[in-house]
Amino acid sequence: MDKVAIKVNVNGVERAAEIEPRMLLVHFLRETLRLTGTHIGCDTSHCGACTVVMDGRAIKSCTAFAVQADGRSIMTVEGLEQDGKLHPLQDGFFQEHGLQCGYCTPGMLMTGVAFLGENPDPSDDEIRHAISGNLCRCTGYVNIVKAYQYAAQKMREGGA
Amino acid sequence: MIPRSFEYFSPRTLDEAISLLQKLGPEAKLLSGGQSLIPMMKLRIVSPQHIVDINRIPNLDYISESDGHLKIGALAREHQLETSEVIQQKLPILADTAKFIADPLVRSQATVCGNLAHGDPANDHPATMLALGATVVATGPNGQREIAVADFFPGLFTTALEPEEILTEIRIPLPTAKSGGAYLKLERKVGDFATAGVAAQITLDDAGNCKNAGVGLTNVGMTPIKATQTEAFLAGKTLDEATIKQAGEIAASESQPMDDIRGSADYKRDLVRVLTARALTRALERAKGGA
Repeated sequence: MDKVAIKVNVNGVERAAEIEPRMLLVHFLRETLRLTGTHIGCDTSHCGACTVVMDGRAIKSCTAFAVQADGRSIMTVEGLEQDGKLHPLQDGFFQEHGLQCGYCTPGMLMTGVAFLGENPDPSDDEIRHAISGNLCRCTGYVNIVKAYQYAAQKMREGGA
Repeated sequence: MIPRSFEYFSPRTLDEAISLLQKLGPEAKLLSGGQSLIPMMKLRIVSPQHIVDINRIPNLDYISESDGHLKIGALAREHQLETSEVIQQKLPILADTAKFIADPLVRSQATVCGNLAHGDPANDHPATMLALGATVVATGPNGQREIAVADFFPGLFTTALEPEEILTEIRIPLPTAKSGGAYLKLERKVGDFATAGVAAQITLDDAGNCKNAGVGLTNVGMTPIKATQTEAFLAGKTLDEATIKQAGEIAASESQPMDDIRGSADYKRDLVRVLTARALTRALERAKGGA
């Protein structure tokens, strides 16, 4: 099958590639661009480990074709840290012990980036609904909710 | 999991998309939200030879009011229903329904029209659209035609769309004063298909009796079910506890569930009974002005 040329802005950098149309966005990120922070978990649209932000909205990169990202902006976990400084969400996961094995963490962080952008002062209940598409098998979610609250507060205080 | 290879097209206008469907024939499949299609392609349940991606066609992502209808364009995403002001005010049943669909990440991409066009009786919007008396607009080589949602699902995973038609809009008659609706669903976990789901929409007359009612059922049959006997029973009645209870029993008798991993047929029928009564109670509260 013919390859197609795409240009995608990934974490602020224009990336061009020729890909098969059937290539999933997560494979493009991990294998073509070698950005392996985005994880493949279930590969069946359930777990949210592959969550990235496309044009401001959190999506499952295992359930989108890379060609659909042509001309769009993607943010992955690698784009969070700026100038050696952790993103408030990353700091929150560190401070509140929001991870154990860490497998779900990149997805949890990216869901959080989009969610806190829309809802800077969420209730715990709103956070729990927001992360309902991201499965974590270690933490029991309590510390993830705390990490989101930590980040939300820092971001409201202008720490972002 | 990697889908089989396909040829990819990204038309920029509806006309171009329809021409492609005509040219490519029935082996072509439309891609909009992709949240049902892509998982099925990965599992190789379907392997279309051609994908026509309509996501780059402009001005199809609207939710708007005109001519007494709420109109939902082909590329309106599920998350838009959750935050739309007109829906909060006039059709909260649509926000109820959207919130039960998959999870927030899927709702970023998934489209409302796709939820109907997929033809899956486990999808949630069909029941709601049946309760609301909605129609869909099919756009094809010969222009547009309007199809009642009640006529849209002839069989399992089958719709009334012709291979070269695109479902371009859903039209929902805007409810008059003293109307209310609700969608309830039991799911085993977030993102699961319904064990059973019930949509109910009612309008009260000046005396406070039920002027008309719409009731739709999710995942308790080979197609989405419009519970017409329940609707006929409710029309003109005072919606007291006994009437609502009886409506639940009628709706249960109209469901045609099967045993599966989500429960036995008997269990699901009983669930329809309970959910119908609860959805009607909620619809009544909203019709009387409760949030």
